[in-house]
Amino acid sequence: MKIEDYPKEQLLELYRQMLTVREFELRAIAERRAGLIPGFIHSCVGQEATAVGACAALRPDDVITSTHRGHGHLVAKGGLPKYMMAELAARTTGYCLGRGGSLHMADFGLGILGANGIVGGGIPIAVGAALAFQIRKEPRVALAFFGDGATNEGAFHEALNLAGLWKLPVVFFCENNLYGEGTPQAMQAPVADLALRASSYAMPGVIVDGNDVLAVYAATQAAAERARTGGGPTLVEGKTYRQRGHYEGDPMVYRTKAEMEAWKQRDPVVNFRGRLLAEVEVPETDLAAIEQAVQTTLDQAVAFAAASPKPAPEAALAGVYGDTHGGLVF
Amino acid sequence: MRTITYSQAIYEAMCEEMTRDPSVILIGEDVGTFGGVWGVSGDMLKRFGPDRVRDTPISEIAIVGAGLGAALVGLRPIVEIMFGDFLPVAGDPLVNQVAKARFMSGGKANVPLTIRVTTGAPGSAAAQHSQSPEGWFMNVPGLKIAVPSTPADAKGLLKTAIRGEDPVLFFEHKMLYATQGEVPDGEDHLVPFGRARVCRQGDAATIIAIGGMAPKALEAARALAARGIEVEVIDPRSLVPLDREAILASVRKTGRVVIAHEAHKRLGPGAEIAALIAEEAIGWLDGPIVRVAARNVPLPYSPELENFVLPGVDDIVEQTTKLVNYAL
Ligand SMILES: Cc1ncc(C[n+]2csc(CCOP(=O)(O)OP(=O)(O)O)c2C)c(N)n1
Ligand SMILES: [Mg+2]
Repeated sequence: MKIEDYPKEQLLELYRQMLTVREFELRAIAERRAGLIPGFIHSCVGQEATAVGACAALRPDDVITSTHRGHGHLVAKGGLPKYMMAELAARTTGYCLGRGGSLHMADFGLGILGANGIVGGGIPIAVGAALAFQIRKEPRVALAFFGDGATNEGAFHEALNLAGLWKLPVVFFCENNLYGEGTPQAMQAPVADLALRASSYAMPGVIVDGNDVLAVYAATQAAAERARTGGGPTLVEGKTYRQRGHYEGDPMVYRTKAEMEAWKQRDPVVNFRGRLLAEVEVPETDLAAIEQAVQTTLDQAVAFAAASPKPAPEAALAGVYGDTHGGLVF
Repeated sequence: MRTITYSQAIYEAMCEEMTRDPSVILIGEDVGTFGGVWGVSGDMLKRFGPDRVRDTPISEIAIVGAGLGAALVGLRPIVEIMFGDFLPVAGDPLVNQVAKARFMSGGKANVPLTIRVTTGAPGSAAAQHSQSPEGWFMNVPGLKIAVPSTPADAKGLLKTAIRGEDPVLFFEHKMLYATQGEVPDGEDHLVPFGRARVCRQGDAATIIAIGGMAPKALEAARALAARGIEVEVIDPRSLVPLDREAILASVRKTGRVVIAHEAHKRLGPGAEIAALIAEEAIGWLDGPIVRVAARNVPLPYSPELENFVLPGVDDIVEQTTKLVNYAL
């Protein structure tokens, strides 16, 4: 499908979501510096198109598992910036009541089964959700996000094997940003295209430009459709780039300025904006209105987080178990 | 003596042992180009080259399993796992293979493998990056467990681990990396396993403090001294083997004991130590054995919640004061 074939509202919504992800990350980084956010953040700046394009291909009752770099996945699956910001600020109004932070945000009502602090941890979880959908004959799909580095974990291979064997309705979405922390992908895997790994598990492996939101959307749409109609899993590899450090403050000794500059030229948000203006003649004023609205949303999110209460210390004892047997479990 | 950081002490121990013995290698995630996520291995890739300092993929099963395989054929690998929280990913190689290789082979397998791993809460790192897993592995015969709390002990215990013939889980507390201390000169500064250090002498009570809690116990001891309570502080330095005699001797002397660790209270290292004291020295006690440990709750992200769950200096002071005033 060409860009002009998409409804204008859909294109603007994709832009709004990508911009929300981008601005959320930049604001969170600033608020962390300013002291509102106590924990560390792995930002997904530069990877907005994989999160937004992939989730756009899902239905509201489909589910995702996310990663340590998961803010974009949350926003794209319908997560609200104010509850995310409140969680980062460790407030009672946050997605996890301040107990989880960036690494553990989840909203089961939205089908967000959780970010994860363990690399590869979410992949088998998505497989289990897909197994439930298959058993209950529900036309639902589970999508696992994970990085290039995660494909070197045993969990990835076991999960793909199981899904391939049982033809489960899963989409395995690899955001290949070329690095796992400070180690380039070439030093982590003997294949450059991780989509190749699908062939051992009898599923298609699809490579897509991960900085092109429409290409990501189309590839994920096809994979999700296949999964939903009993065709089994697909491994989609989106080639993308993390523009900032692995974490904020990362000295980034492992890559060159030239490489970073080259990828900045392929910025998924900036370039999509350019295409909207040039190829489908969206008026500048429409984009400006979106940009204004995104800023307002984030201003409100920060204000909401800052005004929200911090948890009472004893609240730590709540939510460890469903049944505490009158406190006996502690 | 020189004053260096805990991190530098570990770096020196590795470099000196690699220089001394060509069979020592370092492997792990980001230990090379990046210099270690905690910055400990620094320039070791430059110094020793990629044959001996090797960046791995994110593959904990393969890293620990390969450490064992290399050890079985004569290398002395140092393996780095960046967070103790990730050890369960390598659960099988660690618990079923590494720990048991010697015994299952009738004592024939030699397993000179050192697994360096971080422990403890660095602050708002949440439930999967803050744990103190020492106790989980005390229940696995075949593993030795070191818990250094000072630069001198870190250097000396690590050298002992690398030169030894058994697998060692070497727990480095994240909040200790930047701390400083005097370290004896010379490449043969070895601290033996199973030899506790009496950090401070006193008669009122014994505080047995593990890893990151050792400096906190000393701080508590100073606060208690200001109230006229002189406590003894003991750092076991290794949990397996455990210096039973040092612990029992101090308990016999003071009659009161507080065990402090950052691991969860339930079946944390303190449970084993408390049981030992109950078995061997119960008649010497003038009060209950007290454990100051993390509550049995996963580590929360929020600083308020985390402070509530983790043990601190105040808890040691308060519990010790209560114990000293306890009347049978
Ligand atoms: C099991 C496990 N091993 C190591 C880590 C430390 N770690 C956190 S993120 C990361 C890199 C992950 O790389 P990749 O999967 O490519 O995701 P990216 O960070 O590039 O988004 C590593 C090694 C971890 N959290 N969990
Ligand atoms: Mg990556």
